[in-house]
Amino acid sequence: MRVMAQMAMVMNLDKCIGCHTCSVTCKQAWTNRAGTEYVWFNNVETRPGLGYPRGYENQDEWQGGWVMKGGRLRLRAGGRLKKLATIFSNPKMPSIQDYYEPWTYDYETLLNAPAQKTFPVARPHSLISGKPINVSWSANWDDDLGGSREHAVKDPMLKGIEDKVRMEFEKTFMFYLPRICEHCLNPSCAASCPSGAIYKREEDGIVLVDQDRCRGWRMCITGCPYKKVYFNHKTGKAEKCTFCYPRIEVGIPTVCSETCVGRLRYIGLVLYDADKVLEAATTEDDHDLYEAQLGVFLDPEDPEVRREAERAGIPADWVEAARRSPVKKLILDYRVALPLHPEYRTMPMVWYIPPLSPVVDVVKDTGHDAEDVDNLFGAIDTLRIPVEYLANLFTAGDVAPVDGVLRKLAAMRSYMRDINLGRDPRDEIPAAVGMEGEAMYEMFRLLALAKYSERYVIPPAHAEQAHALEELATECSVSAYGGGQQDVFGEGSGAAPTPVAVENFRVLQQTQSADSLEQLPGDNPLRGRVNLLTWDGRGMPDGLFPSDREAGR
Amino acid sequence: MTTFLWVIVPYVCLAVFVVGHVWRYRYDKFGWTTRSSQLYESRLLRIGSPLFHLGMLGVVMGHVIGLVIPQVWTNALGLSPHAYHVIALAGGIPAGIAAVVGLAILVYRRRTTGPVFRATTVNDKVMYAVLGTVVVLGMWNTVAGSLLQFGGEYNYREGVSVWFRSIFTLQPEPALMAEAPLGFRLHALLAFLLFAMWPFTRLVHVFSAPLGYLTRPYLVYRSKDARPGRGTGNRAPQRGWDKPELTRK
Ligand code: SF4
Ligand code: SF4
Repeated sequence: MRVMAQMAMVMNLDKCIGCHTCSVTCKQAWTNRAGTEYVWFNNVETRPGLGYPRGYENQDEWQGGWVMKGGRLRLRAGGRLKKLATIFSNPKMPSIQDYYEPWTYDYETLLNAPAQKTFPVARPHSLISGKPINVSWSANWDDDLGGSREHAVKDPMLKGIEDKVRMEFEKTFMFYLPRICEHCLNPSCAASCPSGAIYKREEDGIVLVDQDRCRGWRMCITGCPYKKVYFNHKTGKAEKCTFCYPRIEVGIPTVCSETCVGRLRYIGLVLYDADKVLEAATTEDDHDLYEAQLGVFLDPEDPEVRREAERAGIPADWVEAARRSPVKKLILDYRVALPLHPEYRTMPMVWYIPPLSPVVDVVKDTGHDAEDVDNLFGAIDTLRIPVEYLANLFTAGDVAPVDGVLRKLAAMRSYMRDINLGRDPRDEIPAAVGMEGEAMYEMFRLLALAKYSERYVIPPAHAEQAHALEELATECSVSAYGGGQQDVFGEGSGAAPTPVAVENFRVLQQTQSADSLEQLPGDNPLRGRVNLLTWDGRGMPDGLFPSDREAGR
Repeated sequence: MTTFLWVIVPYVCLAVFVVGHVWRYRYDKFGWTTRSSQLYESRLLRIGSPLFHLGMLGVVMGHVIGLVIPQVWTNALGLSPHAYHVIALAGGIPAGIAAVVGLAILVYRRRTTGPVFRATTVNDKVMYAVLGTVVVLGMWNTVAGSLLQFGGEYNYREGVSVWFRSIFTLQPEPALMAEAPLGFRLHALLAFLLFAMWPFTRLVHVFSAPLGYLTRPYLVYRSKDARPGRGTGNRAPQRGWDKPELTRK
């Protein structure tokens, strides 16, 4: 057993309203640079739909991920020799047109246009060629099923059920799928990189591209079945979602999670057995891959696992965080989260709770009670179309696990209605899906009410590792300048200081997770102060102004 | 003049080549890339790039054999100069044609595909000009000099090759070059100029041929403090002159 810790995410799709806030904040933080105009580390696609880049799930075309060939796991796009033989031009690289040609508008004409009868128009100009373009595709061209007759029908995941899904606006179902890099346990992007520049971090499993080692061979872009490695066409290097490692390292969630309007993202640790990954990824039958991946995870409650974790150098508070991890609960304890496309065999680590809403909507539309457990169960059994579609996304087409999850969610819906209406809870409802009433209530709390600190259980940085934090620019700012003995460089020099960033982030985190300023811990400078955003403007409450002592700091 | 052209220039260029690469590797790993433009255009690249690169590999191998292996060695193997010549032409001409055609396709692509042309820096243009001239001169020497034998026969293995080796044995024989035909002299001189430019252009990617890929395990794990001060983004302190070439534009 080789215990490793993985930082993982779960998204509850029922709560995604498709607002794209996550995409926009991520872009502002990470890819608002020349060369990455077309890059969305986080994107939200409407399903059924083609996604971004267009039709990326069609692996016959794009050749991403792993396949079983002759009883062995192989890169679908070809192994080492084939990669080196085709290194001078990647045979299967999406072109900018498959993502979309980024553009801006010629705003200047709006300002400079002379007085005229008609309004001047700012024409779109390509950011790639600089020429005027006719915008005809983008990362969200088919948002909210726009143009679905033309686009959504080509969704590769409709394979086998296309005749049953009618792309008529009133009759089809729809939901949103936010996607980031999966930070896979068996990343095919890393395996495809000839330079060995893509690596998985031992500490938290985050998959990164070493910008100093990347030589721009572009094999990773083909290798990733989720098409989540991008080519920066200005620097000539590959870039990908970093799981916001500078934030994770100091214990705060990724930008997409932090800003998610639906509060549907959960971040936490999962412990897994690195020795079992390959074996699980080589499971013959696609349908068994979900179970196989579950088998790789380790239970942090198991004393044997904790002993091994300690031996593997995982700090005690990380193991503790793994026990409290909401991700672990949703994946392993309640079993409501499923991996996206396990059949790509990369062992993805961003999991999804499939949406019940397509089912609920149908029940509601037919005038039935959409919170009655029997109605919902009946609908899950009869509404094969959304269920089969979800199964194509999350379980390689096996409907049984999706059925199971949807039934749990349906049961939770009914069970909670009785509680909310003050009726006696009916224990036969959770029992019908093999759960205890208490567990179901806990699951409801986690899915519906959980606070910041419960949704994001990210063990904070270790002071003894602080020197290695990638966020810090230099090794040791004090000793590098010959100090480290006395207070020559002012307060705190010489001692092992908590990095300023860590301190700031902790304060920020407390502020964000506290319900009121009074709840902040004593050392938070904001404790006792009046929050001006909620101040009603009347009178002068205590704490409106900082005290002299505070002000003097 | 002879000393300057055939002793001083080669040594200066080689020194720049070596020191330049060390410098670039230490201070601009970030700029060390192929700077592929496949994202913009793939159709022509799929033909031109492999043609050019594979052709070039053949050409370089041919040069290594022709320049490094003394004629007496092949004679000792029982290979007459004439037989050697035939073999060299049989290998060299196809490789050379592939390289020239590939280069022509690539240059055409670069000039006519808007985004690719826009992504071409001045540095690139100068480099392509020199590289193109060197390749064309080389072809000329082979076709006109060795194949058709315009202006009499010239056995470079008794001239250019000996001079080339003499540079590395630190006993340069510039006179040998002064006697060589003009085409050979220009080819050699520009080639050394190309060597001097090499570390400062995108040609550096030649030295990143990822042969380690054949032997390393597929997955790379790395600890975040495996290489303190460098490694996973903890970059070494920057210097004033340490500006990645690509951001300067
Ligand atoms: S999802 Fe992320 S970790 Fe997985 S293969 Fe793609 S880029 Fe690599
Ligand atoms: S911010 Fe949240 S709710 Fe909005 S699109 Fe992103 S994941 Fe969905």
